[in-house]
Amino acid sequence: MDFKSAGLSESEYIRIIKILEREPNFLETQLIGVMWSEHCSYKSTKRLLKTYPSEGKYVLQGQGENAGVVDMGEGWGFAFKAESHNHPSAVAPFQGAATGVGGIIRDIIAMGARPSVSMDGLFLGDPSLKKTQNLSKGIVEGIGAYGNAVGVPIVGGKTFYSPCYNENPLVNAFSSGFVRLDKMASSQTAKKGDLAVILGSKTGRDGIAGASFASRELDENAKSSKPQIQIGDPFEEKLLIDCCMDLLSEKLIASMQDMGAAGILSSSSEIAHKSGCGIDITVENIPLREEGMAPWEIFLSESQERMLLIVETENLEQVFTMAAHYDLDCAVVGVMTDPDRYRIYDKGELIADLPTSILGDAPEIFWPSAEPANMEERASLNSSNLICNNPGKDLLSVISCANGRSKHEIWEQYDSMVQLHTIAGPGNPVAVVEVPDTDRACLLTMEAEPNKCWTDPYMGAAETMALSLRGLWIAGAEVLGMTNCLNFASPEAPEKFYELEQCIKGLADTCRSLDCPVVSGNVSLYNETASGQIQPTPLVVTAGLLIDRRKRLVSGNAMTGDSLYLVGDLCGSLGASRYQVMKEGKPSGKTVEPNHKKEKAFRERALKTAADGIASSARAIAGGGLAAALANEAIASDKGFCIDFAPSSSNEEVLFSEGGARAIYAVPDANKETFEKMWGGFPFVKIGTVSGDAFKWEGFFNIPLTILKKAFTEGNS
Amino acid sequence: MKAAVVVFPGSNCDRDVERAIRESLKIKVEMVWHEKEKFDEQPDLVVLPGGYSYGDYLRSGAIAARSPIIKAVREHADRGGLLLGICNGFQILTETKMLPGTLLPNTSLTFICRECYVRVEQTDNKFTSELNNKEVLQFPIAHHEGLFFLPEGELKKLEDSGRVVFRYADPETGKAGAEFAPNGALNGIAGICNEKGNILGLMPHPERATIAHLNGGTDGNRFWDSIARTFTERGTC
Repeated sequence: MDFKSAGLSESEYIRIIKILEREPNFLETQLIGVMWSEHCSYKSTKRLLKTYPSEGKYVLQGQGENAGVVDMGEGWGFAFKAESHNHPSAVAPFQGAATGVGGIIRDIIAMGARPSVSMDGLFLGDPSLKKTQNLSKGIVEGIGAYGNAVGVPIVGGKTFYSPCYNENPLVNAFSSGFVRLDKMASSQTAKKGDLAVILGSKTGRDGIAGASFASRELDENAKSSKPQIQIGDPFEEKLLIDCCMDLLSEKLIASMQDMGAAGILSSSSEIAHKSGCGIDITVENIPLREEGMAPWEIFLSESQERMLLIVETENLEQVFTMAAHYDLDCAVVGVMTDPDRYRIYDKGELIADLPTSILGDAPEIFWPSAEPANMEERASLNSSNLICNNPGKDLLSVISCANGRSKHEIWEQYDSMVQLHTIAGPGNPVAVVEVPDTDRACLLTMEAEPNKCWTDPYMGAAETMALSLRGLWIAGAEVLGMTNCLNFASPEAPEKFYELEQCIKGLADTCRSLDCPVVSGNVSLYNETASGQIQPTPLVVTAGLLIDRRKRLVSGNAMTGDSLYLVGDLCGSLGASRYQVMKEGKPSGKTVEPNHKKEKAFRERALKTAADGIASSARAIAGGGLAAALANEAIASDKGFCIDFAPSSSNEEVLFSEGGARAIYAVPDANKETFEKMWGGFPFVKIGTVSGDAFKWEGFFNIPLTILKKAFTEGNS
Repeated sequence: MKAAVVVFPGSNCDRDVERAIRESLKIKVEMVWHEKEKFDEQPDLVVLPGGYSYGDYLRSGAIAARSPIIKAVREHADRGGLLLGICNGFQILTETKMLPGTLLPNTSLTFICRECYVRVEQTDNKFTSELNNKEVLQFPIAHHEGLFFLPEGELKKLEDSGRVVFRYADPETGKAGAEFAPNGALNGIAGICNEKGNILGLMPHPERATIAHLNGGTDGNRFWDSIARTFTERGTC
């Protein structure tokens, strides 16, 4: 049997024969091959992901479901997950990105939640390259075309440029939704005798075996992979959402699963495996878009906009009626059976007969890990290249460069307001939406720091995670949990596996110390081409809760006369900072050492400052350092800042260093004393006041607000 | 006042406009599926909401304009009932020819979602009669096809008959016109009405400027209030 074309290794094939006590037939080999692909099985990362903290007092559903669910209170759960759609977007940017949005939305539906909020993480190559511009245009249009039509607002995101993504852009789609706790759905609740129903699109030849495509490097002939790209239909998806919500509210669905990677095969085998059942599927009952499809094509097709529903027989008629109302295809394709049998029948003939467990439990791979030989070089900082002789000019460059400037040209192409629940949309450090029919607010931050993860994978990932938490703490939110997308190169190279391992460790340690459970996520490996590998790119999305949304401490609301404070250390690190990369063209030098004790002290004070309402505005110090944080805050507040603080460290360190628990606060005069008392025991310093119509820093620069705004909104290109 | 929102497959602002009217005017709003041939209870105001009816894969609004409910919608308007089309709803109204013109792709050829300002250009209709003439309102926009177009002669007729109700404007100066249109709309037209003044179509979303704690502002309440007061004063409420 040709097991290699099914993506299996020789040892894997031998193992299959051992389990089956026979050779698998062609169809069975294909099925196992896809389910054992990296994309479906997480065979290289499973044991690393187990190190994540998964428990937390708000966790209702942790890893292992279609999405994680946390408790938002008053009977509401919040389902959320991030997923990559990198390979498809590299080959067909519009459709690749669009179907990424559609796919993650179905994960949310599968939890019983109405998809409510989306975000996107885009990692693009050198913005001056025509190729990057074309990819970027296609990706952004694809996300917009799908998200806008399906009616799920895109309330924020992250866009990051680096030449390492020139050939291999990354598209990470996040979606989430609110669900009444008594309406939560699961993929683990099918029972023997229940019927398996496919709702939505017919199955076609699009996207066949996309999971295997995503489990290897993009080769020269990636364009020939086009048949593995799916085509999205947001209209069908909108009907699917509406229909599923109606079915769930009538309690007509016993269990459900979206059809993503490996389509019918993965959804049906997972639901059977997780529910402790088997399943019999009848091929000829599956609605097809084209004639002459072979069973393996049908089972591996990744046609979009399909859901697998498990329905009790007595509810079937009502399910059909509802599907007809929405003009959706609906067909009974199988029945749940005794444990551990996955059987496919074609016109009465048994054409595949496997233990369900063989599909669900791919053997793990333990790749060797080795610290990269150039780690020391990556981590060393050449400070003589970084001297800042013209602070004003450098500041303008830092806020107008591709990574620093406003991304409004991207997010204005997304509907960020549909569904009427956006409190703070794109352009804010924290996205905020209302929890339905309550005074509560759900807060979200999306962060990624690939440069810092390159120079020190552990510390870079730790800083990424801490950054996502600080934004929520400053706003006054309780942290509920996080989801993550781990984008890496091939795990088969020991140095790349090391990066992956260290990043996961950095995230896991930070989450554990700072009380943030990991509830869902996705791993995308093999992000490399012949011309190079991507930098380690873990992306995190963290969800927080404010019981009273009016108690949120906002950004961009500094008031004339307010005092400006810096809290936290005077300096972070210039290592892999936006300034360093701008000066030297590539990242070098480590970011700050994680300090969880300090983070906790920061958290305690930040939460209290927000709860007591003593500051007008605040902002975490992130990319571009203190100077960029102040500039961004001045622009967003439309107020001049006057800084009269003469620091003792070097210009560049004070202005542009990044990392660590640091923030700026604008505090009204009347509250200064309370604020200073509240931050007692933590480093803080008053650095200036909100006044005038320029960003003025004694001894450094005096930049009119109009010029600052122009640099930020129009960029330097 | 009784209000109804028509729901087409692919509508996605139907729930939003229902909530906005319900919370702003404290009235119940009926949701009517497009396959119905008549309204259960005759409404005073019918809203065609925003979204992508039937996916808008043909021309925006073209298929929805042929939905079963449209006959009842037309009869409602013929009787003098209020008919409001927002965004895709406006596109549907032009496709049914209940309003003139067409909505072409934005000049940028991109979808645009952002804050936007419109000036009230006339108050002699059933929607804006309680607003101030030349008052500027902040209504967000979110569309890909919002460039209002009419051939020159017909455009002049529309302008001369005073049927332009909203025009894109600059909030600082209060000036309105083509130069403030984010989408290239001719003469900066954002909303128009029919001759009787009981059918209004507009591209911006007043429902997104209704709930105070959300990010779209609150000017929409002035609009809903104006509609409601039209009714109260005529004693039809």
